[in-house]
Amino acid sequence: MKKTFSIGGVHPDDKKISAGCAIETLPTPKTVYISMAQHLGGPAKAIVAAGDKVKTGQVIGEPTGFISAYVHSSVTGTVKSVGLRKDLAGIPVVHVEIEAEPDEWAEGIDTSDTLVKEIPQDPKFIVDRIKSNGVVGLGGATFPTNVKLCPPPDKKADILILNGAECEPYLTSDYRIMIEKPQQIIIGAALMKRVLGVSHVVVGIEENKPEAIARMKEAIASLAAGSSDYEGIEVVTLKKKYPQGGEKQLIDAITHRQVKSMGLPIDVGAVVQNVATSLAVYDAVQKNRPLIDNTVTVTGECFPKQSNLLVRVGTPLSYIIDYLGGVPETAAKAISGGPMMGKAIANLDAATLKGTSSVLFLTEEQTRRKPETNCIRCGKCAEACPMGLEPFLLNKLARNGMMDELEQNAVQDCIECGCCLYSCPANIPLLDTIRIAKGEVIRIIRSRTAPKK
Amino acid sequence: MNKLLVSPSPHIHSKTSTRSLMLDVVIALLPSVLVTVLFYGWSAVAILASSVVFCVLLEYLITRYLLKKPSTIGDMSAVVTGIILALNLPPTAPWWVAMIGAIVAIGVTKMTFGGLGQNVFNPAITGRVFLLISFPAIMTTWGGAKGFIGGADAVSGATPLGIVKEGLMQGQTLQQIFDLHDFSYAQMLFVNIGGSAGEISAIAIIIGFIYLLARKVIRPYITLSILVTVAVFSGIFWLIDPSQYTDPLFNLLTGGVLLGSVFMATDYVTSPMSDKGGIIFGVGIGIITMLIRYFGSYPEGMSFAILIMNSTVPLINKFCKQKKFGRA
Repeated sequence: MKKTFSIGGVHPDDKKISAGCAIETLPTPKTVYISMAQHLGGPAKAIVAAGDKVKTGQVIGEPTGFISAYVHSSVTGTVKSVGLRKDLAGIPVVHVEIEAEPDEWAEGIDTSDTLVKEIPQDPKFIVDRIKSNGVVGLGGATFPTNVKLCPPPDKKADILILNGAECEPYLTSDYRIMIEKPQQIIIGAALMKRVLGVSHVVVGIEENKPEAIARMKEAIASLAAGSSDYEGIEVVTLKKKYPQGGEKQLIDAITHRQVKSMGLPIDVGAVVQNVATSLAVYDAVQKNRPLIDNTVTVTGECFPKQSNLLVRVGTPLSYIIDYLGGVPETAAKAISGGPMMGKAIANLDAATLKGTSSVLFLTEEQTRRKPETNCIRCGKCAEACPMGLEPFLLNKLARNGMMDELEQNAVQDCIECGCCLYSCPANIPLLDTIRIAKGEVIRIIRSRTAPKK
Repeated sequence: MNKLLVSPSPHIHSKTSTRSLMLDVVIALLPSVLVTVLFYGWSAVAILASSVVFCVLLEYLITRYLLKKPSTIGDMSAVVTGIILALNLPPTAPWWVAMIGAIVAIGVTKMTFGGLGQNVFNPAITGRVFLLISFPAIMTTWGGAKGFIGGADAVSGATPLGIVKEGLMQGQTLQQIFDLHDFSYAQMLFVNIGGSAGEISAIAIIIGFIYLLARKVIRPYITLSILVTVAVFSGIFWLIDPSQYTDPLFNLLTGGVLLGSVFMATDYVTSPMSDKGGIIFGVGIGIITMLIRYFGSYPEGMSFAILIMNSTVPLINKFCKQKKFGRA
């Protein structure tokens, strides 16, 4: 029996049409725009000014709090400006604009291809490197990795889970790195294993990626043959079901432990990191190479050239798209991320972030929402909800502003995976209303638990 | 470039629509419709056609001219109601019976509550029960219909359930009744002339059930819990006194148990949302059906059982929630 999570889920078509495209390095653009808000938590504070010369990999932004991260220049060149620029949703964010010249790497960065297999003994050294090289979670939330690897002292992890599920349709960047850089990913896992002091690491990969499963198993076998640091790392094949890559779902699938409502994975002894994060950890620790580029899938049936590109952070999306032939005529929507949870791009001039995993083009026919009709009480939304909620009920309560009832019916547990809206035969915009209600209910809960002033 | 759409996720849809679901139900009903037409001939065609036409027409007229809203007949739910209502009528019933049934089903039961999804009771069954109470003679007379195959015209009189009820009331034992009437289970399974249009072939209904399950239109819990309850309930009584209580197989294959449990009790709108609720709902229907069959004055109780349980659905929904992730 292949493992999967226990409640709900849907099976959208795979559409991994860019799976066969090897990762290609995108030429560095003339100008990059590096956002200071690339991670969850406080935006970084820019420490360069117009006119400064910067090298590739040099720090240009410093963290502004416990949950924040360093930002590095992804190119060598001259800072043109530091100021507000629109992100992909059109919201102004502080960016550092750098005019690029040929690469000259900052000191102490190993840019060779030599595989470094020895795991440093000191966990603190590993964490410091992860922090100073600006590694954040690349599975979507961009939570600073060093913070996630240092749980509070009263909580102890006993398992590290690498997320290679890539359950969203179309996305193939994780797939490609698992095929092309499996050893680096496994070494990254061993580094995090050392930090957490766990003996067990599981890489969860869905069954629709047999080649990735094979390559990752090979990598583990060859590394484990050379060092005991790689003992206890294994690949687990998961059934194909969305949203398997959801943190809580993945933990449930692999360990059968369910993270409590409003709880964190560490509460059940688990830490989850994406495979792309693990690769970034390898680069950061073994090569002292900051997170300045990442793999971006550019795809969609209407897009002429399917690609997986290695892109420097801060590259304008329009530059990537033009490089591949421009926005197709028939495209009605551009999405950053997958079709289930990705964000619609309002501004194609926006620059990529560390966490940008894809640009997906959908046609009007693929993405147009149909008019809402009466709820027929089929229960398909409740059947699909991986959190065991009742979206039809939450939708009704939300439309009537019934906050207490919304909380009793656990709207705050919603992970916004979109399964309900995806399944609804009456095209009711369930998640739209639930998402707003969830925000309000969480605000109410927080204001209640916050200490009285 | 400014023409790109921006909207919240998810950006794709499963393509399942109310219309596609209803269409699947229509397809699942086809074997039963086919068998009915073959064995009851033109009169079955007439009753099916008039029932469907009246149901659809009525919904169209009400939405367009009474509510002054866009028509909703495109969702095909009125077609489903029309077919199920027709399958619940004797094939020899005149066209105006179907019309009255349609008025009660669509006009009263469905549209007055706000249309599809809002009704408390299953429209087709409400229509049928209204007709059964209003026109008992028409609703319990079978036969006279000439089929395209078989000699249906020779058959008249009551259904097996009616015969048994009648016989028991006259003090006969089941053994005597069965000897007299030559009931065969094989016949009931394949073609059992004598009964509402849709009740003549258990196999045709089971094929429809399998189709609905394969297409994931319904889940099996409601149907199976009804069938298991009927079998267990009648099994207990049959073991106690086989001369007074009919056996489980007889109860499963006769009357509206199969048609009702597959196509009517599983109606999305009037059945519980959760699987657990569905099982409670199904057990309730099974028990009420058997209570009416064994102890009531009507030979058959499926329709009443479904209607009674329909009224408990909001309560069942309130108390039967599926298990939430990470909550005890």
